[in-house]
Amino acid sequence: MNKKGFLFQVYDLYVDGFRHMRLGKTLWAIILIKLFIIFVILKVFFFPNFLKQHAEGDEASYVATELTNRANP
Amino acid sequence: MINNLFLNIDAGTIDWSRAQFALTAIYHWLFVPLTLGLAVIMGIVETKYYRTKDEFWKTAAKFWQKLFGVNFAMGVATGIILEFEFGTNWSNYSWFVGDIFGAPLAIEGIVAFFMESTFVAVMFFGWKKVSPGFHLASTWLTGIGATISAWWILVANAWMQYPVGCEFNPDTMRNEMVSFAEVALSPFAIDKFCHTVISSWIIGAIFCVAVCCWYLMKNRDTKLATESMKIGVWVGLVAALLAGATGHKSAQSVGEVQPMKLAAMEALYNGGTDQGLTAIAWVNPFCQPDYAKEESAPLKLEIPYALSFMATNDIHGYVPGINDILNGYTKPDGTVEPSIDEKIARGKKAIEALSIYRQAKFNSSDDGSTAAYQLGILKENMKYFGYGYIKDKNDIVPYIPINFWAFRIMVGLGCVFILYFLVMLLLIYDIPFLSVFTRRLLASVGLLPETMADAPRRLTGLPSWHYWTAIILVPLAYIASECGWLVAEFGRQPWTIQDMLPTWAAVSDLNAGSVALTFFLFLILFTTMLAVEISILLKQIQKGPEL
Repeated sequence: MNKKGFLFQVYDLYVDGFRHMRLGKTLWAIILIKLFIIFVILKVFFFPNFLKQHAEGDEASYVATELTNRANP
Repeated sequence: MINNLFLNIDAGTIDWSRAQFALTAIYHWLFVPLTLGLAVIMGIVETKYYRTKDEFWKTAAKFWQKLFGVNFAMGVATGIILEFEFGTNWSNYSWFVGDIFGAPLAIEGIVAFFMESTFVAVMFFGWKKVSPGFHLASTWLTGIGATISAWWILVANAWMQYPVGCEFNPDTMRNEMVSFAEVALSPFAIDKFCHTVISSWIIGAIFCVAVCCWYLMKNRDTKLATESMKIGVWVGLVAALLAGATGHKSAQSVGEVQPMKLAAMEALYNGGTDQGLTAIAWVNPFCQPDYAKEESAPLKLEIPYALSFMATNDIHGYVPGINDILNGYTKPDGTVEPSIDEKIARGKKAIEALSIYRQAKFNSSDDGSTAAYQLGILKENMKYFGYGYIKDKNDIVPYIPINFWAFRIMVGLGCVFILYFLVMLLLIYDIPFLSVFTRRLLASVGLLPETMADAPRRLTGLPSWHYWTAIILVPLAYIASECGWLVAEFGRQPWTIQDMLPTWAAVSDLNAGSVALTFFLFLILFTTMLAVEISILLKQIQKGPEL
């Protein structure tokens, strides 16, 4: 790879940067744990797409029924 | 106000969903303003390095960037949870707002990802890899990227407060964007953005000054502390003054499009012209006042004409009170604002028309005339669609005590910050126009050293309460900022979208227990993250700059 090329410089920036991180390693560990909790645990088990589960493909009709039924009679 | 947490499922679902959203937003907002504020501090510090080539400034820049990095890492993705909540807890709302809400959030995600991640990497990894000029540009662009992200989030929030640039499509049941420019450049969004971002700079400045004060108290890293403090104090003073100006503009926007919020902020029961701004009054924090019977809040002390000026830029301007809005009033230009009862009637018409329209539209026996007729009624009354869900006109009055006190805490603390930064300027600089008498007066109360020593010695020789004041101001700055959001969000209740959709129509038909469970999960998750952040930040501050 051409070591003076733009792509190598970008690659080197990241690789060298990650290799010499100190505090950054702790912060990355925290970020990854956090992302795991948010996307793998919270999103999958606690935050389903409500309309996909209940509207059976016709979200507009479902929301229309919900909104008209909830209006004050 | 939240009052149904332990009652029936429907009411419980609404209140738990609201509480959960508030909790998530409040925690998210602990990380964001420090990111925006420290971005300015570290940008200025690195600019000093770029201009002087003095290694001291490079060390200082790295130090502030390190603290920025800790906060940035802790804040990453905390806002995503809000989007999860839209899809699960607020599904009717999510569908109803259509792409209007989705577009700014998508742009925010892309900008945040590409801009921030690219330039953050150059900022942290690139000291020896790129030229000083490119590095400096990357540092500023990191901050600008974060600020642009804030712009799109605030555009989405502003649209909920002042829905513009859209048209409701009864076939898809979604609001469709008809003008991207109107949504993206809504005057409400611009005012909100300016006030919010500038108030974040105050938090960054106070944090910077507090860290500096801690070093001065410990008598270590004094050069970093005194030089950074100058930057922090200037940024803080300019930001605090600008926050006052943008706050005035924001109040005008609120007065124009959300007069009920302004009336609640002021506990203004009966409006009129030449209105004074309430400096202080007795509004019981624990119960909604009887605005229908009371003339005004008791023990009211007001600044004459100031409310009229704040809301209309005219000291004689007309400001409607809560009762005026409930019963209808005539604006100075002669237009009549209908009573809430009338709006309720028109909202019901709109919802009924929507229902009949959809039945006719999807019924093959209709020749189209019924659908066309009902569509006309719907369009005519769409402006008041949300009022069709209101049972009693008093339901549209937000909880006055929270708005009243949160507004006063925010403004009061803003004044404290201005005063504090001014005093710090007196300490840092030799002010030639200060008279001997004033100097002695300030020195007698300990606000100014008697000697004419140079800045470092002056700042290091102060009584410890000077330094503790700065440290105590850090949580107060956060309280002021969160109070601003309390006013913005509690003040627009019961609306998720102003005049279009109240909370009880927007919420999903969920079991309150499941929402309560995730509420407590978030409470644990966010509190842990906050504790971790504070712990790492304190450790890095104790460690100090790496020479």
